[in-house]
Formats: sequence, structure tokens, C-alpha cells
Amino acid sequence: MSATAASSRAPFAWADPFHFEDQLGEEERLIRDTAQAYAQEKLLPRIIEAYREEKTDPAIFAEMGELGLLGITVPETYGGAGASYVSYGLVAREVERVDSGYRSMMSVQSSLVMYPIHAYGDEAQRTRYLPKLARGEWIGCFGLTEPDAGSDPGGMRTRAERIDGGYRLTGSKMWISNAPFADVFIVWAKSAAHGDEIRGFVLEKGTKGLSAPKIGGKLSLRASLTGEIVLDGVEVPESALLPNVSGLKGPFGCLNRARYGIAWGVMGAAEDCWHRARQYTLDRRQFGRPLAANQLVQKKLADMQSEIALGLQAALRVGRLFDEGRMAPEMISLIKRNNCGKALDIARLARDMHGGNGISEEFHVMRHAQNLETVNTYEGTHDIHTLILGRAQTGIQAF
Amino acid sequence: MKILVPVKRVVDYNVKIRVRPDGSGVELANVKMSMNPFDEIALEEAIRLKEKGAASEVVALSIGAAPAQETLRTALAMGADRAILVETAPGEDVEPLAVAKLIAAVAREEAAGLVLCGKQAIDNDMNATGQMLAAILDWPQATFASEIRIEAGAAQVTREVDGGLQVIGVALPAVISVDLRLNEPRYASLPNIMKAKKKPLAIRPAGEFGLDIAPRLTVVKTVEPPARKGGVKAGSVAELVSKLKDEAGVL
Repeated sequence: MSATAASSRAPFAWADPFHFEDQLGEEERLIRDTAQAYAQEKLLPRIIEAYREEKTDPAIFAEMGELGLLGITVPETYGGAGASYVSYGLVAREVERVDSGYRSMMSVQSSLVMYPIHAYGDEAQRTRYLPKLARGEWIGCFGLTEPDAGSDPGGMRTRAERIDGGYRLTGSKMWISNAPFADVFIVWAKSAAHGDEIRGFVLEKGTKGLSAPKIGGKLSLRASLTGEIVLDGVEVPESALLPNVSGLKGPFGCLNRARYGIAWGVMGAAEDCWHRARQYTLDRRQFGRPLAANQLVQKKLADMQSEIALGLQAALRVGRLFDEGRMAPEMISLIKRNNCGKALDIARLARDMHGGNGISEEFHVMRHAQNLETVNTYEGTHDIHTLILGRAQTGIQAF
Repeated sequence: MKILVPVKRVVDYNVKIRVRPDGSGVELANVKMSMNPFDEIALEEAIRLKEKGAASEVVALSIGAAPAQETLRTALAMGADRAILVETAPGEDVEPLAVAKLIAAVAREEAAGLVLCGKQAIDNDMNATGQMLAAILDWPQATFASEIRIEAGAAQVTREVDGGLQVIGVALPAVISVDLRLNEPRYASLPNIMKAKKKPLAIRPAGEFGLDIAPRLTVVKTVEPPARKGGVKAGSVAELVSKLKDEAGVL
């Protein structure tokens, strides 16, 4: 046995307490490195202005597409990278280290648009849409939530009626990321021709009756464009129907993947807050010593370190199970709920530790905190995931 | 023309370097490693030359222990056609002369028409390997390149020198070492990372070459640079001049 193996003390890396890095494979590290370099060099320099001015640069899709960051789990034949779910998580973490809005843009395109077209679409739909979506040439959005159907998507009012050769869709969707500049719309509706089952449709920009007005006045995720989808008797051919899924399991299959990515992404935002809070409290001197010399500050840093180290281990474990085909949606509820809640707490703490400077855009932490308010809420609120876990262990549905 | 690009695995440029407590070197355990940035620029240039039709093949080469395979895999993902690892023992220190000898052996074997390398590695900043390599091969060398043009068996290289830019012509085969401003390396795209897994990566033990690669230098000790002392504000020009003269000793 070597001297190192026999020694009970190994060096402690404060930023990576459990040697998370060692748990990744070579390909995963290379993918992470590309995502990290792109996010830090191309996204970080834009975020302050994009957030302040509420301006989303659509070129980001083409840039991500060129690097293969969109739909990375989709097979290469359709323009994806055919990479693992762990790799997808690592990319989400790096992009959200910069901003949750940028990660949202990517998650929607990958998990909520490309995934359902690949999983539920026919060959014609796959070849028509996936390569362009993978390149970021086309932007996609996903319409499930409605003004009166949030946590209860089964209560949706959007309807599809049978017409000669296709369907007519009527209704409206709310809080739809990417909608105002989307070329491709995945819309879920109750279809009269299918016994009022929920079915998915692929709509294209420019179709008569389809519009996507921007939702303004958001105090969170300001770098990501959000809109409504208005369906005013939109007529689509039979080929717009996603043929291979019916019922809520369609949208939930997509949401599971996006939520899984979120559980990783928020750890990136949390790490950014933690590292900034640590550096700030080491640099800032009050009463003749660094703020970090105070027990209150060290306690907060220790909490951040602990929650992030644990959250990343959990995300990695679920990712490995996902790649092995052993993922249960409740696992995703557990990590989505835990990691979002913890990330939000960490961001608020980091804001607090920055004192007055913490409210300034230059210090980034308040932006993360504001973003995480949304991330904690969308894709299954913290409370809804709580109830999913409650149901899973009692057998009693409380919602 | 075949281009050989030597790449070195070094501590990532973002990492804050720490000296081992016993002063025997810098801490490498659990530290993020990546390709030497100057080698990345050399590789990018080689790939661009191939894309322009000026080269037929780009071969990445690393001299180092087994983990350097990951650096070669990055090179393959960026666009190198194949890779060679000349494997040394873990923790073995291979000095510039030994590295130059090994690269020379591979360059001859491969009948490379050009070796494009970084001007120096950011770990020990020796800035020696390229020059030694040219001497061993008895090839012309052009160092600190900020622009490279290949035409009819020769290269026209713009060099960054102290006084400005110098343009020289070198006959090929040659060794060209590259500087920071030559290009901006591409990111390895995800599809190319996946494809890189299928590209050939040959591993050859360094001993196979029968060269003397034993270190000739001894590291006496490694120390942290002195901590920067806080600055002071000079009240007047006279005070500033006197401080520069008496305290800083620069006048």
C-alpha cells in the first residue's frame, strides 16, 4: 500500500470537499470544460446589461448550438451529441453559474422541445425539427401552463377540435419561456378527437391565429424572454400531432428531464453565490479584520459548503441512475425541491453577507437570488414536490 | 504536410497555485489540470492550416504520465486527427531537454513537416523546449509567432519581439513556437468530444526510445512569491522621487 493510501489525512479542497471531480469520467469533464469556458467567456460578460435592460440575445441559441449544447442527450443522427444525463446536468450547472435565465433558455430547448419531438414525434417531425433546433437556428418553446392551470395542469382549458385534415386549437398559455421569439411551439391541449385526452402538437411561427406576446415587468429571470401563447382558432394539419404519447405523462416526461437539469443548474448558481460571498468576506475589512473572521460569517459559509457538496452528490447519483435507466420521477422531485430551496437560501445569505454592496448588480448575488425565486417555483413548486414525496411514502395524495 | 503539435498537461490557468508545505514543489493533488494555453493556440493554428488545405494531418503529442491522455483527448476533440502519448512514470520530472529529445524522435518517425508548439508552458515558464528541439533536429526555428503563412515549402512567420514585429522566412521542415496573439482557440464542441473517443490515441512508453531523459537540474526549494505590501500615497513629487530613489532603488 502506498504512503498516501495508508495516510488517514488527505488534503481537503474547500471548493470540492468530496472530490466530486474524481467521480466524473473523461468525456464528462471535457463536456463540462467546454460549457464552463463558453459560459464564463461569452455569457458572463453580457449578463449584467442583459438583466438590467431585460434584453435576451437570440444569438445565444446559435452559439450554444454551434458547441452542441442544445439537446445534448438527443442522438447524433438528429443533430444532438448523444451524451449522458450526467453531462446534461454538468452543462446546466455551468450555464446557471452565470444566470438561471440562460440555463432556462437551454433547458426549454433541450428538454421541453427537442426531447418530446424525439420521444413522442414521428420520423418526419424528428428530421424536420431536431437538426435546426440543435443548431439553434430555430428556437423552441413549450406551452403547458395556463392562466388558470399551474400546479394542476389537468385543469387546462386549451382544446383541440377535429377539422377536415387536422385540428383547430383554441386557448391560451402563460409563463412560456422563449415564446415571443420562438419558431417552434410544443402545445398541450385536450383533444376532442381523442376522448378529451391531453395531446401534444407542434406548431410553427406564422400560423394564422398563433401569437406570443411578451410578458413584461418580471423582477426575476430578466435575461430570459417569457411570453404567453394565444391560440385563436389555430388550424394545423394532422402531421402537427405528436403521435406517440397521450395524457399527462407526455408533458411530465419532458418536465422530469427539465427538472432534473434544474436540480444541477441551481447548484451552479449557489456555488457562484458561495464563492463570491467567501471572497467578499475575506476581502472586506471591518473593525480591523476581515468579515470572514466572524463566527457568524463562517457559520454561513460552512452551511453553504455543506448544502452544495450534498446537493451535487445527490444530483450526480440521480444522473447516474437516469443513465442506467433506473430513474424514478420521485427522485427528481427530491433533488429539484431540495436543491432549489437550498440554492435560494444560499443566494439570500450571500446577498446579506455582501452588505450594502449586495444590492448592486456588479456583485451578481442579488440577481441570482431574484432568479432563484422563479426557479424554486417553476417546473413544480417547492410545495408540490413536497406533496409528491409525501404521497410516495404515505400512499395518500394531498393535492 | 503533417503537423506535429506537442501539448502539455499543466495546472489550469484559473487555479491559484499553492506551494506544498514541505517546499518540494507546487500542490498538484486534486487540482484542476488542462492543456497549456500556448499549446492550445499552436493546436488551433495547426487545425486552421489543415482546414485551409496547407496541411494533411494534425498529430497531437504529449510527454507525460497516463493522465495526459485526457489532454490529448481534448486535442482530438478540438480537431487533431490522432494522438500519441509518450508515457513517463507518475511524478517523474521530464525537463525541457528530455522533452525535446522525445519530440525530436517522434517528429523523425512521423516525418513531420512542421512542429507547432507553445512558446512556453505556464507551469515552469521555461521557454526552452522549442528552441532545443530545433537544435536537435537541425531545423530552422521561428519563435513567438503572431502570424504564420505557409507557402511552397517555406513559412513566413511574424514574430513578436521587444521592439515590435519581425517577419522572417524559414524553410520547412521547421519548428515554430507560438505567442498569445496568434489566434483565439476554438472550444471543443460536444459532438466533436463524442467523436474524439473514436480517434486513435497511441501510448508508447518513454523507455522505448532509448534516450537519456534523466533530469539534469535539481530543485533546491519552492517558495511562495512574497505577499504584496500595501501601497502608499506620496504627498508631493519630491517625496515620490525620493521614495523611488531611496526606498525602491529604481532611480
